[in-house]
Amino acid sequence: MTGSATLVVENLQTHFHTRAGVLKAVDGVSFAVDKGRILGLVGESGSGKSVTGFSLLGLVDPPGRIAGGRILFKGEDLATASEERLRALRGDRIAMIFQDPMMTLNPVLRIDTQMIEALQAHRKMDHRTAFARARDALGQVGIPSPEERLRSYPHQFSGGMRQRVAIAIALLNEPDLIIADEPTTALDVTIQGQILFEAQKLCREVGTALIWITHDLSVVAGLADDICVMYAGRVVESGPVDEVLETPLHPYTRGLIGSVPSRNRRGRPLAQIPGMAPSPLNLPRGCSFRTRCPRADAACLEPPPMVELVPGRFARCVHPHLETVAA
Amino acid sequence: MTVFLIRRLMQSVVVLFVMSLIVFVGVYAIGNPIDILISPEADQMERERAIRALGLDLPLWEQYAVFLQRAVLGDLGRSFAFSTPALQLIVERMPATLELAIAAMGISIAIGIPLGMWAGFRPESVAGRAIMAGSILGFSLPTFWVGLMLIMVFAVHLGWLPSTGRGETVEVFGIRLSILTRDGIAHMILPAFNLALFKMALVIRLTRAGMRENLLMDYVKFARAKGLSTGRVIFVHVMKNIMIPVVTILGLELGSVIAFAVVTETIFAWPGMGKLIIDSINQLDRPVIVAYLLVTVSMFIIINLVVDILYSVLDPRVRLKEMKS
Amino acid sequence: MTVTTPDRVAAEPVEATAAVVSPLRRFWIEFRENRVAVAGLAGCLLVVALALLAPLIAPQNPYDLTQLDIMDGRLEPGSKSMDGMTFWLGTDDQGRDMLSGILYGIRISLAVGVASGVLAMLFGASMGLLAAYFGGRVDTLIMRVVDLQLSFPAILLALILVAVLGQGIDKIIIALVAVQWAYYARTIRGTALVERRKEYIEAAQCLALGHRRVVFRHLLPNCLPPLIVVGTVQVAHAIALEATLSFLGIGLPITEPSLGLLIANGFEYMLSGKYWISFFPGVALLLTIVSINLVGDQLRDVLNPRLRK
Repeated sequence: MTGSATLVVENLQTHFHTRAGVLKAVDGVSFAVDKGRILGLVGESGSGKSVTGFSLLGLVDPPGRIAGGRILFKGEDLATASEERLRALRGDRIAMIFQDPMMTLNPVLRIDTQMIEALQAHRKMDHRTAFARARDALGQVGIPSPEERLRSYPHQFSGGMRQRVAIAIALLNEPDLIIADEPTTALDVTIQGQILFEAQKLCREVGTALIWITHDLSVVAGLADDICVMYAGRVVESGPVDEVLETPLHPYTRGLIGSVPSRNRRGRPLAQIPGMAPSPLNLPRGCSFRTRCPRADAACLEPPPMVELVPGRFARCVHPHLETVAA
Repeated sequence: MTVFLIRRLMQSVVVLFVMSLIVFVGVYAIGNPIDILISPEADQMERERAIRALGLDLPLWEQYAVFLQRAVLGDLGRSFAFSTPALQLIVERMPATLELAIAAMGISIAIGIPLGMWAGFRPESVAGRAIMAGSILGFSLPTFWVGLMLIMVFAVHLGWLPSTGRGETVEVFGIRLSILTRDGIAHMILPAFNLALFKMALVIRLTRAGMRENLLMDYVKFARAKGLSTGRVIFVHVMKNIMIPVVTILGLELGSVIAFAVVTETIFAWPGMGKLIIDSINQLDRPVIVAYLLVTVSMFIIINLVVDILYSVLDPRVRLKEMKS
Repeated sequence: MTVTTPDRVAAEPVEATAAVVSPLRRFWIEFRENRVAVAGLAGCLLVVALALLAPLIAPQNPYDLTQLDIMDGRLEPGSKSMDGMTFWLGTDDQGRDMLSGILYGIRISLAVGVASGVLAMLFGASMGLLAAYFGGRVDTLIMRVVDLQLSFPAILLALILVAVLGQGIDKIIIALVAVQWAYYARTIRGTALVERRKEYIEAAQCLALGHRRVVFRHLLPNCLPPLIVVGTVQVAHAIALEATLSFLGIGLPITEPSLGLLIANGFEYMLSGKYWISFFPGVALLLTIVSINLVGDQLRDVLNPRLRK
């Protein structure tokens, strides 16, 4: 990946200044995603993956703020962009889909209002054109009789349908980048499958860059091209999704894959990562995974750098599982 | 919707019936009804004629039936003090009270909602804290004392505004209104503000709480992620969500504003229902008391009904549920 | 009437000390975190002390007519009387020292407020407990009455009752109790319903303890915290309502001059610029009500188990 990619994030830092101290929710995250590509951003809850997503749009709520790094969107640094510039980009060039479709749509406004305002916020457009565009977008995400549905309120839709509406809103202005924050977590597995399929299709057809934030490795496996695994505010491993899932280099990635029930053989106890994710206010010195890692030793007391261990594959570990790759 | 309306109307009738029973038992049965209903100045012959005319020699339940029958026909007795039908007296005074109550409501909304929104939008700011401190004070200040202080400062000391009466009025469709003349407005400012103060504190608190709660909702973040301006997010998305509980509660509070007008009207000598009831209590003009209570209770019931309907119109979720049931 | 507490950051748990100190001490540690509330508590104590000590500290007995001199009438604050006494807060139309009048007024206002608060609590709590403990028809009946009553503003109900009952200190207390019991009943029923489902009540019932013993020895103590909070706020309401009624001339008789009556007395002189006859009793009333409300707000935060860790 090169500097010409749609989005290049370099050493992003997002900190929350709380009474108990500075909470480094995102602490030096770097990745890139190009048009027509899907990046899976994976981690446990609290790993900083959602905050990373919100940072890209400048939507981190106080007391959080971007403390450093660069967010290069088509060459323009969003980390230092003005609020007005960010507003102009939001929903237009960069769209976002949220986790819980029951909560993201305003319950007291009709769907058409919520869609048309997203269009009119960015370009002069008369009501009729905007309505037609909204109708087409609903049709595009597979909502039957869209014209009728536009005049409904959110509570008249099921969860899956609402998420389709949210996706349609994200697509309205044909953005260059879509950030999807666990958009299928709250949905049934069958609905999840449909939405994943459509997201992938749209991304390929329109050439949108897509960042898919999730804790579910199986979703990433079927959807993404590249993967970034986050732990305690840092990216610990990144690379092409098939390679990373097949031969994980970082012990954390390995543990995460081992914890997926379907990947374990029946009858044998489930593999699990011992201990709990550390408090972001009180991270272990050096490698933050050190306290839970079977391979940890004195060398891990120094913070490990992100190293390209295999061409195209990076990991932040002094004792990576290179043996599996070599074979 | 019709089913819902009919059901609510029937509930209202039941409440009104219960209240009439309470008022009846209170005024007619506990006290001596002869003292209550017949002017103390009446001589012996008049008394006996009145006892028979009023049916006070009948058993209690029959008396109640007669009372109810007359009440339904709008006959709630004659005032001793004015020698006019009590109901007519109340209805004559009602526009003045309603005008004052609505003006007070308007003031508390016009000032309370912007202040509450600001206090909810920037709770940590100096202005936000000051607004909240003010609203706590607004809750604790006794209305009648604030009224006195208003008169002292603005009428006596500064001499800016008149302290008593309604001022010049204009008749519109047979109803006298103060709001249409300069003099009338000048007379209305102090009492309306006085009456508004307590509700303003309430509006500020409700709006602020709603604002803070709603700002944390995902739909706000999603609206911002669509690239909407802060103004649109606040004034369309958040406002519409806040307004539902605020309008509901304020609607219900309109009744209490009318009840509290008793205090304000007494202080500012505002010729409304409230002043009438206090005068009537002091003069033991019981038919007027009964009429006032029944009229006020009916107004309450109507207000509650209207608010319920308004609420279901405002909130699409309720609307749908009610229509199904 | 719903009074929302001002949002406040939940008290930081003081685990280290809380483990060893008594519940009362922990309560105090949590309470004093809010300085404004401590000031409110100080205000409450001051008001109570003034009320109790009024006959001892008041410069004169304002209702002993031999001590009054009509020649001292309507003097400004700080003036001296014929026999050299200073009227720090001025005098009323009968030459009564306002400071003394206010001290005695606080005594009466507070007595009426607390008496009606306690009686309303006893009655309301009993009804609420009955409703929660027996459920079914008893519950429905009591709560219907409560709902109906709470849908009308307190002042309107008080007007009805005063109109029906007539005047007098006992009548006013009855009216205030009748207006306020419903708040207690609703509060305690809510808490008691939650408590009732807990196992210790079942255990007590299994031991075949009498209804009364279960309700008063087991259920009631566990419902006390919310009752205390409501009680504090309602005493402030009772004082304000009594003052309002007395101001309107339909509350306490003139033989019992509460703060509301003092303010009403000064009303007619206000228009001629003699502000002090109404102003200072109002300040005393305000101080009383604000202090109680501040304490009530903080009690709500400290006693609320949901905010507790």
